[in-house]
Formats: sequence, C-alpha cells, structure tokens
Amino acid sequence: MTESPASPPSLYVAREPIFPRRVKGKFRTLKWWIMGVTLAIYYLTPWIRWDRGPNLPDQAVLVDLAGRRFYFFWIEIWPHEFYFVAGLLIMAGLGLFLFTSALGRVWCGYTCPQTVWTDLFILVERWIEGDRNARVRLWNADWSVHKVRLRVTKWIVWFLIALATGGAWVFYFADAPTLARDLFAFSAPLVAYSTILILAATTFVFGGFMREQVCNYMCPWPRIQAAMMDNDTLTVAYRHWRGEPRGKHLKAEGADQLGDCIDCMACVNVCPAGIDIRDGQQMECITCALCIDACDEVMERIGKPRGLIDYLALSDEEAETQGAKPRPVWQHVLRPRTILYTAMWSLIGVALVYALFIRSDIDLTVEPVRNPQFVTLSDGAVRNTYTLRIRNLTAEDRNFRVMLTSEEILRIDVESDGAVANHVTVPANETLQARVYVIARPQDAAADAETTDLRLWVEDVETDDRAGVATIFNGKG
Amino acid sequence: MADKQDIDDVTGTDTTGHEWDGIKELNNPLPRWWLWTFYGTVVWGLAYTIAYPAWPLINSATAGLLGYSSRAEVAQQIAEVDEQNAELTAMLASADLTTLDPDDPAHRFGVAGGASVFLANCSQCHGSGAAGVQAAGYPNLLDDAWLWGGTLEEIEYTVRHGIRNETDPDARWSEMPAFGDIFSEEEIGQTVEYVLSLSGQDHDAAMAEQGMVLFQEQCTACHGDSGEGIREVGAPALNDAIWLYGGDRETLIETVTYSRFGVMPAWGQRLDEDEIKAVTLYLHQLGGGE
Repeated sequence: MTESPASPPSLYVAREPIFPRRVKGKFRTLKWWIMGVTLAIYYLTPWIRWDRGPNLPDQAVLVDLAGRRFYFFWIEIWPHEFYFVAGLLIMAGLGLFLFTSALGRVWCGYTCPQTVWTDLFILVERWIEGDRNARVRLWNADWSVHKVRLRVTKWIVWFLIALATGGAWVFYFADAPTLARDLFAFSAPLVAYSTILILAATTFVFGGFMREQVCNYMCPWPRIQAAMMDNDTLTVAYRHWRGEPRGKHLKAEGADQLGDCIDCMACVNVCPAGIDIRDGQQMECITCALCIDACDEVMERIGKPRGLIDYLALSDEEAETQGAKPRPVWQHVLRPRTILYTAMWSLIGVALVYALFIRSDIDLTVEPVRNPQFVTLSDGAVRNTYTLRIRNLTAEDRNFRVMLTSEEILRIDVESDGAVANHVTVPANETLQARVYVIARPQDAAADAETTDLRLWVEDVETDDRAGVATIFNGKG
Repeated sequence: MADKQDIDDVTGTDTTGHEWDGIKELNNPLPRWWLWTFYGTVVWGLAYTIAYPAWPLINSATAGLLGYSSRAEVAQQIAEVDEQNAELTAMLASADLTTLDPDDPAHRFGVAGGASVFLANCSQCHGSGAAGVQAAGYPNLLDDAWLWGGTLEEIEYTVRHGIRNETDPDARWSEMPAFGDIFSEEEIGQTVEYVLSLSGQDHDAAMAEQGMVLFQEQCTACHGDSGEGIREVGAPALNDAIWLYGGDRETLIETVTYSRFGVMPAWGQRLDEDEIKAVTLYLHQLGGGE
C-alpha cells in the first residue's frame, strides 16, 4: 500500500441537484398519457362498484384483510387460493423480463410509480418555480420572501399530492365511500391515518427530494436488469458515429469535419437522471426517452435528420458505424429469448385462467384427529374422528350432505352444531368446521385392520355438486 | 501522487489513492444522505436501548425509560380479553348446563374455554387428546363408558368434587377390596376366567364355572349381577370392551389380587365456577357425553 495522499478524496458526495428542462415530442406526449392512465387507475379503482349480492361487499377491487378475502371484479380469492396471487406475481416477473430484454428499462422509464410521481412532482415544480433556468437561478439565489413563498407553495402542493397518494392506498382495504366519510369525520381507524401519513411522507420525500437517488441507490431493479439486456435490446442510445466529433462552431474553420452533434446540451438538460446519454449506456439511465425528444427538436431546427439519439440496439450501433444497415425492429424484438419469455408468460396465464374456470365453489379439507388414533367403544366398535372444513364459496347458504365411500363397511356420524342426519348448512361465503365420526362395528374388517382407505364427501343437496377428500381410517391392527 | 487527484485511465474515475500491487481502488462515493441515514439508525438504535429494556447487568437488565415490560403487556392483554369476556364468563358461571342451548354464545364460549382448562389442568393425567392412559388407570374420556356417569350433571359433580380424595368430603368414593387377602390364588384365577367370559374373551370354561359362584358371592354387589357395573359406586362394567387398567388375564389377576384405588383431585377447590362448567361442557361434547 502506498502512502495516503495529504487530503484524501471524500468517500461521500452530496446529491447533485437536477433541473430537468421542459421538452415536447412524441415520447413526452406518450408519457403524459401513460401518467394520466396509471394515476387514474390508481386513484379511481377503489371507487368502482360491483354488485355481488346482499352478503358480499360491492367494491370491485377490495383486499379484505379482516375477512381474509380478495375481491377483483367477478373473481373472489380465498386464502387457500393464494396460488392465484403467486401466479400473477410470477406473470408480472416474467412480463418484466420480457419487456426488459426487448425494450430495456421501459418499465422504469414509463410506468414505475417512482418515475410517474417524480414526473408529476417536476410538473408542479415547473408550474410554480418556472422552467430550468428559473429554477437554477432560484436555487442559487439567497433566501428571500420570494424564494420562501415559491418553495412553501411547492411543498404544500407536493404534500397534498402525497396525502392523496397515501389516501388512495387505504381505500383498497376497506369500503371506499364509508372509509372516506370516516376519514373526514376523524372516526376512521388509527391504522388508516398512520398508513396515509407514512405513504404521504415517503411520496413527498421520494418524489420531491430523492428522485433519481431512489433509482440509483435504493432500487435493486437497475442492477438486475443488466442481466436481461443483450446486444439486441432496444434502448435509448446516441449515434456516436453520426454525432462525433461534436462541436458548436458551425461556421468556424473545419466545421465540415464535425459530426451532427452541436453540443447544445439539450439532451443533458432535459434528463431527469442528470446524465449525458452521449457517454453511452449507463446504470442511471431509466430510458425515459426525453433526450430523444429534445435532440429531435434541435436536429429539426438545424436541418439535420432526426434520430441522433434514438431507440437503438447495441448491435445496430456497431453495424451503422461500419456503414451497414441496422436490422429491422421486429428482428430485434422477435428472438428466442423474448419468445421464450412470452411462451412462459402465456403458459402461466392460460393455466391461471383454466384454474379459475374449473375451480369449484365448494372446498373441503379433512384433518384426521390423531390424538388418539382411534377410540374403542363399549361394544367393541372402533371410532375415528375427523375435522372437516367445508367452504361455501358462493353468496347463498347451502345445505350439504356429508358422506363417505370406502371398500369396507364404515358408518358415518356428523357431530356438529346444527347437523341433522348428516346434513349441515354452511352460510354464504363462510367456512364451517364439522366434527365427523367414522365407526367400524366390531365384526367389520376395518375394526381390526391397520388402516382402511376412505373418501369423505360433501354434496350439495340441491345441485348435487360435490367435493371429496381421501383419508385413512385407523383400526386396532 | 500525493496531493493530486489520481484519475484512473480506463474508467476516468477518481481513485481513493489506495493501491495494492498496482491495483488501484476506484472512488465511487456514496451519497451523503446514505451516511446520515446510517448515523440516524445508530442514534435510533442507541435511543431504543435507552427507552426499552436492553443492557444486561449482573442480575438483571436496564429497565428502559419507557418502563416497558413484555410481561406487563401480556398481563394487560389478558386483562383486556378477560374484560371482553366478562359477560360470557358470568353467563356461563350462573348457567344451568342441562338447559343451556348449544347455540347459546355461553355454550360455545364454554366448549372453547373448556379445551384450554382441560389442557392446563387435566391433560397431565387424561392426555392432551383426553384418551387417558390405560397403564396408569386414567380413564379415556372420549368413549361411551363412564365410571361415575356421563351426563352433564354427573361430569360436573365429578370435576367439582373429584374421586377418592381426602380434601373434599363430597368426593366420589368407593373402595374395592384386595382379594389377595380373601381368595386363594386358585379362586382368584377362577374369578378372572369368569370375568374374561363376561366380555366374550378366551377363557377356561371349567374354571369360569367355579369363578361364577365366587363372583356371585363377592362381586355382584358392586359390579352388578351380570358384570354390567354400578355407577353409584363407580364400579366399572366388566362385560364390555373397555378396561380402565386392562382386560387381559394378567392385568385382571393383578387388579383382583391387589385392588385399585384411582384418585382425582376436587377441582372445585382449584378452579373457578365458570372454568368447571366450561370443562364440563368440553368433556361432554368429546364424543361420549350422555
């Protein structure tokens, strides 16, 4: 190890403030639309009503934690069907893989909540404090009444948006109109207020002050994504061969040697991540494509072809540098990798839809009591006990006959509150726990056998729908 | 390189100035807020150990400024639950079990609470599944045979006063003589053969015939004319498939020779009224209640 320098470089740096300039263009327009749609989905979904009959909530999307149900329009998920949620998460994961391998960090650039809310916060900032140059001036200005007024106004608007963000979240977990009334009447549960405040605080800090720091230092996704991108991935890139050597002095001597890039810094000034796309692909780039819009605007003005900065694959850049034609977009997008992701994604999707269609609205689980394994009765008969959980997934009360099938002679006796002659009524949308005795008379083979296979059934008296579970009868053997 | 920033040629990044065998360490500085967040967690952690019990001392630990204790918290939670259940507890304590509707909330509360009472107080002898322990003569409470009766009233009485204990004058009481002092070994053998025949087990018919005479003389007063048992004296039925200590020849010889004297405490002296009723309801619905 060599001697330490006299003043060692700092191992920590302050955040470099970023003042993204306003930009116009097709990607900016697309991003406005996506922002509007995603925010609308987030804020409005809990308010959509969906009639499920008198016994069930009429909120289209509801996570009922207390009742342990998840309602999604016509679908109702019980805790034992959590595999649907797992399947959806796997699909979301594969979907991200697909989009990342085809289009790079398109999720980050367009739809990630951090990006959408930051975009919204920057919009507010621009309304109140002005565009880039005004904001830079304000940043450098000494504190004055004017500066305080602008800052406080901006923070208040930010905080109101943040409050609405946290406020919308809680509506997914309770009946929205009721909760909204309670919230304003200050009679909502404490957990609702604390959730709103925590989410408001994180939205305020992440969207207002942390911004790209969240992507660069807190989010694991940018690091993972590198593993999913390859030379065919379409991502925001600078046409080096066309732009370099860059230079401003179009009329100066040797100007004809210069490339198309006039070094106007438009691409840098609009970048919300504060980077220079001309340095090549880098971790901080969220591929928001605003630099494409900014550069196209400039190219148009100076009469050069658009697309100095463009969606480009690494392999294209190489090809173009050598004067070859780039491959068409569809060849980049359609390759074994993306086809495999699509196939896997669709497979799980089809499996989930299939599972959704074949799923029964009765569910039965059987838990054999094994302490003790069996009970001998005074006449020498052997009795086993089973705990049945009968789930009625419909909105009506249902009457079930409890039965058993076995190759040996066994008798069934349902011992449960309100059970009449082995019939039980399970209320709508509820689970009934019933104790069931299965008895082998002393002369029957099952009494002396070690185990006997049997199947317990519940059958809807009206519709004949049934559900069965295989279990075992323990004899004295 | 002393004072100057040393820039790495390949990456264009600063180095920290550290170098090992020609390998330089690049300086990619962390954001400062990260550092402050780290300091923040340190401060929070220290404050936490001051606010809450944490630092070990020789015999105990610091109590913490907030005076928090997990034991006190549990006690408070139990008190809260007790308060919530106060009404049901009172209803159960004053309920007449024989007329209590199974759909009554007090009944459901009793069965659920009785399971806890049973596990805490009864399972040591009767087993957590209430199946008893035959080798030790702890009766199975799941079957349909009851020594002292299986109705709600009878179970409640047995739980309250116990069996053959010295502490409750109302305890259920009976005593089988040790026939080793009364019968000869041969006579005991004959009696046992007859008892085996009562429950339809393999036996020596000639000996059983002799045993029948002895049984009629000595045993029917308690066990009944045909060995069906008499609940008033807690004498078990000998003509069924259920045995308190075991129904094989060897165990029966031991039982007849030395007798048995199973004891159960009077739980009326240990449990609250509602707990006695709760455990009674629980036992009654286990599968053998009458």
